[in-house]
Amino acid sequence: MSTSADPTFPVLIWRGAADGAFKRYDVPRRASQTVLDVVTHVQRQIDPSLAYRYACRVGMCGSCAMTVNGKARWTCRTHVDAVATDGTLEIAPLSHLPLVRDLVVDMAPFFDKWAAAHGQFKPTATRYDDFAKVPPGTRARRAIDATIECIGCAVCYASCDVVGWKPDYLGPAALNRAFTLAKDVRDGDGIGRLRAVAGDGGCEACHTHQSCTNRCPKHLSPTASIAGLKRLVAQAAVTGRL
Amino acid sequence: MVAFAAAAIRRNDARARRHAGFLAFVVHRVSGLALALFLPVHFFVLSRALSDPAGLDGFLNWTRLPGVKLSETLLVLALAAHLAGGVRLLFVEFVGWRAEWQKTAIAAVAGASIAYALLFALAT
Amino acid sequence: MEASVARDIGVDDALRGARYAAWRFVLQRASAAVLAFCVLVHLATIIYAMRHGLTAQAIVARMHASLVWPAFYALFVVACAIHAPLGLRAIADEWLAFRCRAADVVLAAFALVLLGGGLYAVISLAA
Repeated sequence: MSTSADPTFPVLIWRGAADGAFKRYDVPRRASQTVLDVVTHVQRQIDPSLAYRYACRVGMCGSCAMTVNGKARWTCRTHVDAVATDGTLEIAPLSHLPLVRDLVVDMAPFFDKWAAAHGQFKPTATRYDDFAKVPPGTRARRAIDATIECIGCAVCYASCDVVGWKPDYLGPAALNRAFTLAKDVRDGDGIGRLRAVAGDGGCEACHTHQSCTNRCPKHLSPTASIAGLKRLVAQAAVTGRL
Repeated sequence: MVAFAAAAIRRNDARARRHAGFLAFVVHRVSGLALALFLPVHFFVLSRALSDPAGLDGFLNWTRLPGVKLSETLLVLALAAHLAGGVRLLFVEFVGWRAEWQKTAIAAVAGASIAYALLFALAT
Repeated sequence: MEASVARDIGVDDALRGARYAAWRFVLQRASAAVLAFCVLVHLATIIYAMRHGLTAQAIVARMHASLVWPAFYALFVVACAIHAPLGLRAIADEWLAFRCRAADVVLAAFALVLLGGGLYAVISLAA
């Protein structure tokens, strides 16, 4: 519980939409405080009109992703001590997505691109077939050990410069998902998916900046997945299957 | 889907770009741009100077001027950096990705490029 | 009926676009691999020529001595003419937002300039 004697520190939070600005709040500094704690404190104790998203608050859902001191992060997993190195915090909404208000962005374009990259599993078996048996040690399965863990938080999308420069670029998350499904031996979309990710806004637009890999809160490597897609697309093109 | 009037889209600034992979990209792109713009000039000079060997000797003398020597060294650095960085990209894209090696690979690329450029600069 | 025809045309455009993009990628990387070899040789010959103080006559004589060097440089030129415009295409698209058909025309023209200028230089050397 905070008292009026707690030392405070300045926090800049983006308020408004297109014509908005950073607004300063003085927030009590406490031990083990996370950035989500700070935002929640502002909304509950100072300004109830602040709009933001969170759900699990324990680093499982990815809903609380925001830009903190210039970098996309999960605010529930970001300790203030780790990022407020000069004693201040700047909290802004995620980049590269349309701003709704304050710290809330419209995630629709992110998921539209997920769909455009054929990020949906296409089943081939029926209920009358036996369960698919996918040995965990096979190369194809091991290639997606990490990639299946993506929860679609958009931190990578917000961190990718190519997404910022090229509006059609599908982005690291959608392409990571496409790679995951391309390596899923049960999936039946094969060439259709490769065609979806081969176009102008597809995997070839990745320049291996590794910003996505750098920032992914689950330590995934969309860079590696996209490199895998490049290989698959190149093989398909050269063998005439594309 | 609800449409938002003139929705703002936030962009990243330099704080999001301070990591090795992005720096490696910038070096690769800038060096590539410099080389691409230099190439037509290079071909033109070669075709003129080499069809007239006496002209080439005169040209080679001109290249000994310090300003020209510096520009040449920078171009050679650009070529070495673009090559080394490009080989790293070909490795990542076609051989495989090793997350733990990336920073080391980028450092090795930088080291090799600078070493070659120094070799060039000191060779006369 | 018309809607499905329109959709098919859209699908065909997308497929053509996908194949075109995929081939651009393949050519860019293939020319990169060729250039990796050519540039290594080029960097070595630069140092060699400087160390040995080769004159213009010496360089031209080596070009006339066999077909190997002219063939090497011709390959070098072709690889450059593919690789450089594709690289510039990405820069034009991402940093200048210049990404329409006109961009492709300009870059194809640049490719021809490189090819023509480069092969002319090789022929001047070897002939």
